[in-house]
Amino acid sequence: MSDYSSPYISTTNACKLCKPLGACLAFRGIEGAVPFLHGSQGCATYMRRYIISHFREPMDIASSSLGEKHAVYGGEANLRQGLQNVMKKFGARLVGVATTCLTETIGDDVPMILRTFKREMAEQGTAHQDLPAIVNVATPSYSGTHMEGFHAAVRAVVEQLAECPEDAGRSAAVNLLPGFTSPADVRYLQEIMADCGIPVIVLPDISETLDGPALDDYRKIPDGGTSLAEIARMGCSRATIELGRTLFGHESAGRLLETRFQVPLHRLGVPIGLRESDRLFEVLQLLAGVETPEKHVLERGRLIDAYVDGHKYTFGKGAVIYGEEDLVIGLTSFLLEIGVKPLLCASGGKSGRLREAIEDVNDSILPELPIIREGVDFYEIAEEAESLSPDLLLGHSKGYHLARRFRIPLIRVGFPIHDRFGGQRVLHLGYRGAQELFDRIVNALLDAKQEASPVGYGYM
Amino acid sequence: MSNESQLIFEEREDQIHRKGEQPYRLACDRDSLAGAVSQRACVFCGSRVVLYPIADALHLVHGPIGCAAYTWDIRGALSSGPELHRLSFSTDLQEKDVIFGGEEKLHRALIELIDRHGPKAAFVYSTCIVGIIGDDLAAVCRRVSKEKELPVIPVQSEGFKGNKRAGYHAACKAMFELVGTGDVSGISPLSVNILGDFNLAGEIWIIREYFQRMGIETVANITGDGRVDDLRRTHGAALNVVQCSGATMDLAKMMQEKFGTPFIRVSYFGVEDMAESLYAVARFFEKQDSNVLSRTQELVHEELSVLLPQLKEFRQALRGKKAAIYVGGAFKAFSLVKAFRLLGMKVVLVGSQTGTAEDYQELHEITDEGTIIVDDSNPLELSSFLKEKDVDIFVGGVKERPIAYKLGVGFCDHNHERKEPLEGFVGMFNFAREVYTSVMSPVWRFVPRRSRTLAEERFAGS
Repeated sequence: MSDYSSPYISTTNACKLCKPLGACLAFRGIEGAVPFLHGSQGCATYMRRYIISHFREPMDIASSSLGEKHAVYGGEANLRQGLQNVMKKFGARLVGVATTCLTETIGDDVPMILRTFKREMAEQGTAHQDLPAIVNVATPSYSGTHMEGFHAAVRAVVEQLAECPEDAGRSAAVNLLPGFTSPADVRYLQEIMADCGIPVIVLPDISETLDGPALDDYRKIPDGGTSLAEIARMGCSRATIELGRTLFGHESAGRLLETRFQVPLHRLGVPIGLRESDRLFEVLQLLAGVETPEKHVLERGRLIDAYVDGHKYTFGKGAVIYGEEDLVIGLTSFLLEIGVKPLLCASGGKSGRLREAIEDVNDSILPELPIIREGVDFYEIAEEAESLSPDLLLGHSKGYHLARRFRIPLIRVGFPIHDRFGGQRVLHLGYRGAQELFDRIVNALLDAKQEASPVGYGYM
Repeated sequence: MSNESQLIFEEREDQIHRKGEQPYRLACDRDSLAGAVSQRACVFCGSRVVLYPIADALHLVHGPIGCAAYTWDIRGALSSGPELHRLSFSTDLQEKDVIFGGEEKLHRALIELIDRHGPKAAFVYSTCIVGIIGDDLAAVCRRVSKEKELPVIPVQSEGFKGNKRAGYHAACKAMFELVGTGDVSGISPLSVNILGDFNLAGEIWIIREYFQRMGIETVANITGDGRVDDLRRTHGAALNVVQCSGATMDLAKMMQEKFGTPFIRVSYFGVEDMAESLYAVARFFEKQDSNVLSRTQELVHEELSVLLPQLKEFRQALRGKKAAIYVGGAFKAFSLVKAFRLLGMKVVLVGSQTGTAEDYQELHEITDEGTIIVDDSNPLELSSFLKEKDVDIFVGGVKERPIAYKLGVGFCDHNHERKEPLEGFVGMFNFAREVYTSVMSPVWRFVPRRSRTLAEERFAGS
């Protein structure tokens, strides 16, 4: 039962991305950080292009630009030269070095190279404050997806930079590890935490770095992101909230903070829909020691009011949900609340936890679980969906061809959104995010019905 | 500019030239500098973009998932028939394949996909990792080719083995395996192959139609809207018409050597280059058909009589505006310089990812004094040039766009996903319209670069 992987040998139209891309995205959420890929030039360029097309923001990823001779003799010289250039020209405060399949396979010992590099820089008289923090993470593309890369990078940052000196007491701050959400989601989470009066350290914080204002000058490194000082203090925080049910039981960043620094860990699903959002607010209430602020209680109330107003439009509709596992779990939980029937929950990821997590969020709303498939591509998703006659799709842009084939609406969520505007501003989380998703789904269904109507009515 | 010295790497100083400030000299054709955030891609990318528009072939990427995922349907290369090229196939190598080798998986994947899709041929792309673990791609391809009785062609495109241009070469070598294997009977003596056009937004159809009006048969599109069977009979054409500086030039050279097919270099961007390209083809066939030149003159005249009045409004609005160009291959830059000139605009910056010494020499000759010419640039440099030159519009691809927009500079997408054709006479209209659409937008009044702050506005108003 644990292996739901493909019956096919080849992959057609993957429903996942590669590991280093996730690491680059995570590093982008740290103040003064330059993501750096140790590999050939193409990896950095492809990922930049892919990320830019979604966020419409500058996304500089440095590369050690390995050539043929480095593949034979090792990439150390280029890695060191690249680091120096990034320090010199970008003024990086942190360089996030992620490996690629090339450098993992030729066997470069990156941690050792970096240790030597740092020691030599210090010996050459580079003052400590001028030397950026250098975090390294192993992200061979042949194992895991971009989400494993993302979480591995967050964990590496915490592992290599978080501290808690013995004499330091617990701070009032709470660590929030949101996973890979949109900049709009991160901003909203920060607003919630502020409203609850909880000082928060969000890692990573892409709210501004990947959705910044128009500027007079090009920033070498975009403003915003979690500061290094904040990261250093994470070991002293009084709690960690980590989002993502696939991380339950994993040696994640939150777990590391718990075991190494005894920071109590609250593990939650990605808060999409009412119930998963309630769970977040329950934890916040506990941590804040006060009731949920009226503003959010009202938003919750309006959401339920909307659920009631719109329930007949959504009830019994069938949906196919695909994408990153934690997003799929959250969306499925939300759809279950509004009477949409998840028919197929599919992901290119393969955590082995998708079924269990969906069982949990179903919480006996449906007597039977949807079809749940891990480690699949769009060929298999299409094959499976064909017989299910779904009414709508939820997922990123790369499923558009299915929407076109089945002539049903696609609710674009997550990453990447390459064929619509504003992907960085899509709100998924909390009561407010659920409200937006609900409105979009109801309207998409109404639109499909209206379009198909011979009457062309102007009233619902 | 005050902070430029901080932005430009010493190692790259000789890859930047300011015309008129010193004698012309520009270094190029170098490996990208580590840590410099080059806009370049890799060998695999070069091969993939050249071959991918061949619509009835199977394109299987032998490697980890990223290489296939990032190149899934990335170019808007249209097909008039099959669309197998728009799917993204990968062997999605896993850790155990890396340890034990991926040949068996590749073999089974090929069999599975060939059985499923019935392609006319298969191209199998090597990636970095395959080059390291040493899978014998050629042997697997030979085996499948025999078993399935169709051409299964390895593309030696390991990412680290150079830049995009090395990938073009690998792609040309792969295509060359098909050339000469088809029946060439019935091909007109007035016939060409179109090389180096990828039918983005249907561009190759525009060019084919021009040739048709000139009385010239197109044998094979290489590779936009391309077909395997057409590639097999390319040697039956009288002339190869080659666009793009590097992508398919090697194929033209191989064909010249083996089959004696002559080639000419052309560009379909901008009025001057478009017209000159058609005339060059006409002159080639003049001896066989004395009317071909007059038919071409008529065509150009017809097209221009429609286009030039259309451009009038744009030219009036755009006169004197400043443009910057940064593109992949330099050939596009030549045509863009001329196209901007036709619009009365001034090109103040021009560069490319992979230009050659000859390319840059030509750019130096056709640009004005003070123009910055740059090879293998990066976001820091480009942003500083845009500011220094106070540019009104920047032409580039997806990776250049946010540099312009962040600074509040207009942008023209000359990328591979484009939906409007930019080639041909109609392409010049589309280009001018896009430049106009961006430059004339009212949004620039509000960007920090141009606007006073809200407080300043209020103060000034009171």
